Amino acid sequence: MATSVKPGTKWNSTTCETQVMALRVPMGTDLELTCGGAPMSTEEPAERSEPAEDASAGTLVGKRYVDDGETMEFLCTRGGAGSLAVNGTPLDIKEAKKLPSSD
Amino acid sequence: MNIHLILQMAADAMGDRQALTYDGRSLSYAELDQTARRVAAKIGGFERLGWLAENHPAMPASLFGAALAGKPFVPINYRLAADRIEALKTRIAPALLVGEDLAATDGIETISREQAIEGDLFEEDANPDPGVAIELFTSGTTGEPKSALLRHANLMAYILGSVEFMGAGEDEATLITVPPYHVAGIAAVLSSTYAGRRMVQLPAFTPASWIETARAENVTNVFLVPTMLQQIVEHAPDDLNLPSLRAISYGGGKMPLAVIERAMQLFPNCDFTNAYGLTETSSTICLLDADAHREARDSDDPLVRRRLASVGRALPTIEIAIRSEDGAECGPDEVGQVFARGDQIGGEYKGLGSQLDADGWFPTRDVGFLDSEGYLFLDGRADDVIVRGGENISPGEVEDVLLTHPAVSECAVVAVSDEQWGEAVGAVVICKDAPPHEEELQEHVRASLRSSRVPSKVLFVNELPYNETGKLLRRVLRDQIDSA
Repeated sequence: MATSVKPGTKWNSTTCETQVMALRVPMGTDLELTCGGAPMSTEEPAERSEPAEDASAGTLVGKRYVDDGETMEFLCTRGGAGSLAVNGTPLDIKEAKKLPSSD
Repeated sequence: MNIHLILQMAADAMGDRQALTYDGRSLSYAELDQTARRVAAKIGGFERLGWLAENHPAMPASLFGAALAGKPFVPINYRLAADRIEALKTRIAPALLVGEDLAATDGIETISREQAIEGDLFEEDANPDPGVAIELFTSGTTGEPKSALLRHANLMAYILGSVEFMGAGEDEATLITVPPYHVAGIAAVLSSTYAGRRMVQLPAFTPASWIETARAENVTNVFLVPTMLQQIVEHAPDDLNLPSLRAISYGGGKMPLAVIERAMQLFPNCDFTNAYGLTETSSTICLLDADAHREARDSDDPLVRRRLASVGRALPTIEIAIRSEDGAECGPDEVGQVFARGDQIGGEYKGLGSQLDADGWFPTRDVGFLDSEGYLFLDGRADDVIVRGGENISPGEVEDVLLTHPAVSECAVVAVSDEQWGEAVGAVVICKDAPPHEEELQEHVRASLRSSRVPSKVLFVNELPYNETGKLLRRVLRDQIDSA
């Protein structure tokens, strides 16, 4: 089911430990955010099913996930076994630039 | 976004890793999260959480705990005079204030650092965006301290744009000497936690204690303000050996060229990074990285070599522009006011509102120029510019010439009142031995610069007034030279 996704909201996988936070999403568009092939939830699920076989590449904490055109971006705040998709299209890890930390 | 997310991610992903070390005591990320929850449980009835003490494990716990409770964290400079501290306490009420043996103030309830991290846990989730995360009083070198507001969104933009999550190896440790009331002290906690780099807290800096702690704790990374690095360079034996140390970052004031050159000799195996930023910009916005340091040091091209005195280039998430007084954008090497734009920039003061212009640019009030490759060179504060009969004179220009006189070891140039010109150039000078005649220094400046730059008044002193983070107190100097 497509719902409104706001930046800063955390979404939990219902198939694994994955949790993401929306950093950037297109304004006014409803999205169906899934992990492991099942819809994600703003609540921590009471129990979890298994990720679907074709959606079990896994997520990595600290990585950012984007769609093809980088119109949306999610920060993985907890990693898990399922993989992420929006409206059925898989999200990929954003090409990591060398980060310039000074402290 | 809430900065508590940084700690939540660290506790989830690397809960057993050491988060911090202090005086023989250690906390893992999971334990730091628990202590932050203990602090958070105490803040409910207050508008903010103040901090008036030296660094301690309760400081990161309070910073994250306040975020978790959705209340601003407000560190106060404990080195200020008692009456100044009282004035700031009045401004933060009603607040819970962490510190030791504090005087009573209306609307302030106090609690010790150890008490802050005891007791019940805050069990709720963090509010996704409680607004203001940090209120930091500016150092007030030119007037009453302003309360700069940094929002959760600003600080998260800085961290996500500059730090790789768990990017640090398990053996990495950073030595934190900057105090909690300095934006670098806040940024150090957030960056280290996100990177998974153990924080080693050293509240009372001396060169000897710094060297001893760096060695004992196998410290790999340090951040220093220029005066600290200067003291270390002066104090360190020639055979100083800190085998674990890999990276030295510095910032927070102007670094004398002689000090950085000496430091690069003393620590040949270290990466040096110069970080430039302001309280209002969530710390670093420009960096001179290790490669640029080496390239500048080893170059014969004067335009490359001078970059060692620059603050480097803008972070990928930051734009820098130089504008002249009429607002026009300056070309390469043309001096003007430095403006910065990016999501990490707060640029907002309590009671004064946002200082950003309609396009989101923040006036740093620093003066400087960009070279053709985008390296930023700073040349003092806009407020320090001397206006002599309508002509703008940058103190740095005159200081650089005075420093080339063999008798001069340190100097500062400030405005002095002048009946004819409104303002004129005043020079406060420290000499290595017996001071030369005032006329000799005036001639020395006249030989290189226009006559308007020649100091009309020279005052010889034994030391210059710096605040504890290495900022020259030009306001104090102006009073001193005017009344001399």
